Formats: sequence, C-alpha cells, structure tokens
Amino acid sequence: MHAAIQVLADAPVYLTWGWVSVSVPNLIAILVTTSLLVLALVLPFPKGRHPKGRHPKDDS
Amino acid sequence: MSTDTVRAHQAPPTSWIGRLRGRLERALPYEKLLPETQPAYVASWIYVFGVLTLAALAMIVLSGTVLAFEGPSWYHTSRTGLFVNSLHFWSVQLFFLFMVVHLAGKFWMAAWRGSRAKTWITGMVAFVASVGAGLSGYTLQTNFDSQWIAFEAKDGLNAVGIGAWFNVADLGQVMLVHVFFVPAVLVVIVAVHVLLVRIHGVVPPIDAAEVEARAAHHGREPGEVG
Repeated sequence: MHAAIQVLADAPVYLTWGWVSVSVPNLIAILVTTSLLVLALVLPFPKGRHPKGRHPKDDS
Repeated sequence: MSTDTVRAHQAPPTSWIGRLRGRLERALPYEKLLPETQPAYVASWIYVFGVLTLAALAMIVLSGTVLAFEGPSWYHTSRTGLFVNSLHFWSVQLFFLFMVVHLAGKFWMAAWRGSRAKTWITGMVAFVASVGAGLSGYTLQTNFDSQWIAFEAKDGLNAVGIGAWFNVADLGQVMLVHVFFVPAVLVVIVAVHVLLVRIHGVVPPIDAAEVEARAAHHGREPGEVG
C-alpha cells in the first residue's frame, strides 16, 4: 500500500512521441474515459421488468 | 375543486405571477416533470451517465457539507475527517469522469437537435462552472500540490484580467468561493439543465425511428422502456 502511495506521490513519468507529451496518470485517465464511452455504446442494456400486475399503459 | 376555483383557473391571468404560472403549467406539466416511462432508445448505457453525474454531485455536496461544518483541523488530522475528505475528492474524480463521458456521448449524438440548444448550453456552462469549483477545491488542499496549482492558475487568471478580484493565492477568499459561491451557481445551473431535459425530453439518437420500430417489432410499445 505504501509503495502504491509512493508511486502516486512521485513526479509522474512522461511519455513523448514527437510533439505529443503526456504523463502516465493523465494517459490512464484518458484511456479509462475513452474505454467507458466505448463500452457504454456497445454493451447491451439489461431489459427492465414492469411491476407485477401493472403496466405503464394502464395509467393512460 | 369548487366552482369558484375552477373559474379562477380558467380566467386570463391578471398579474405576472398568473402569467408565469400559466407558462410553467404549459411547459412543464407533472407528466413531463416526473415521467414513469421513457422512449425505447433510452435503454442504453450511454443514457446513464447524466444521472451518474448527478449522483456524484449529490455525494460531493453531502460530503462537502460535512467538511464545511467540521472544518480543516478535523478533516486534515482525524481518521474520520481524512475519510470524508477522501470521499469528497474521489466523488469529484467520478463526477468529472461521468460528466466527460456524458458530454462526449451527447456531442456525438448532436444533442442540441430538436430545440435543445438551451439544454446543451446550460450543460456546457455547468461544465465550465465545475472546472471553477474543481480549481478552487484543489487549491484548498493546503499542500505543495495546491500551492503549485494556485500559482500556475494565478498567472492564467492575471493574463485574462480577473486575477485582481479572484485571487487564488488568497486562501480565505478561495475557501468562501469554493464552499458557497461556486456550489450555489453550479446547483442552479444543473437544476435548470435537468428541467430543460424534462421540458424537451431526452434527445433521441440519430437512428431513433429505427430503434423505436425494432422495439415495436419485439412487442413493446413505441415510446416505452422499462
């Protein structure tokens, strides 16, 4: 646990490709956000159920 | 309802309060304010991120209220205080994560379609106000990290000409801005944003007609999910 905290507290490692420079923590945040967006678009949404003996159409 | 009351409701309004009530009743009837069903296309994970952002905001306000009442000497030293402080911090991380996914989803969906420009604009204003809330919060950590953030921000704020009245190096001012001004503005903007979503409805995806037809084919009524 202490080792993990130390890694977080240290100066971040930067990755550089030409003019692109990004710190590893920022890259992780970007990848997590992008993955979440893609998963939200492709994962199937669970089918809901109506309460027993009642249907929304009954209200109208 | 008595006959007099019915007549009073049907009569044209004579004051600005009556006119305002009429406008609100027409724009936001109870069925729109608290709907029981949503269109079939809302059954997608991408539509969950708006409410997740709201849940994270509620957690931020709740934990922030506890921090405000107990004070820095409690949340910087006691174990419970450090826990609530961390809860506040991580709620903010989730708030921004969910909000950015919500924003990206709505951007690619062109969510300003169908008279929803104001909904889009209030969302964007809420995003900018959240950045202000985040900045003032980061500078309240009172550590080397917050010191660095404050002095980087100070240069930026001076450059745009507002550093004279919003001074991030003034801890007392930043504290009051963070615990009162920014949350009040943010909560009002978010409330307007949510009401606009209720008035205009959730934005349909670009292929909404196809989704609705598919839902109808599978035995569900168009315009129904749940």
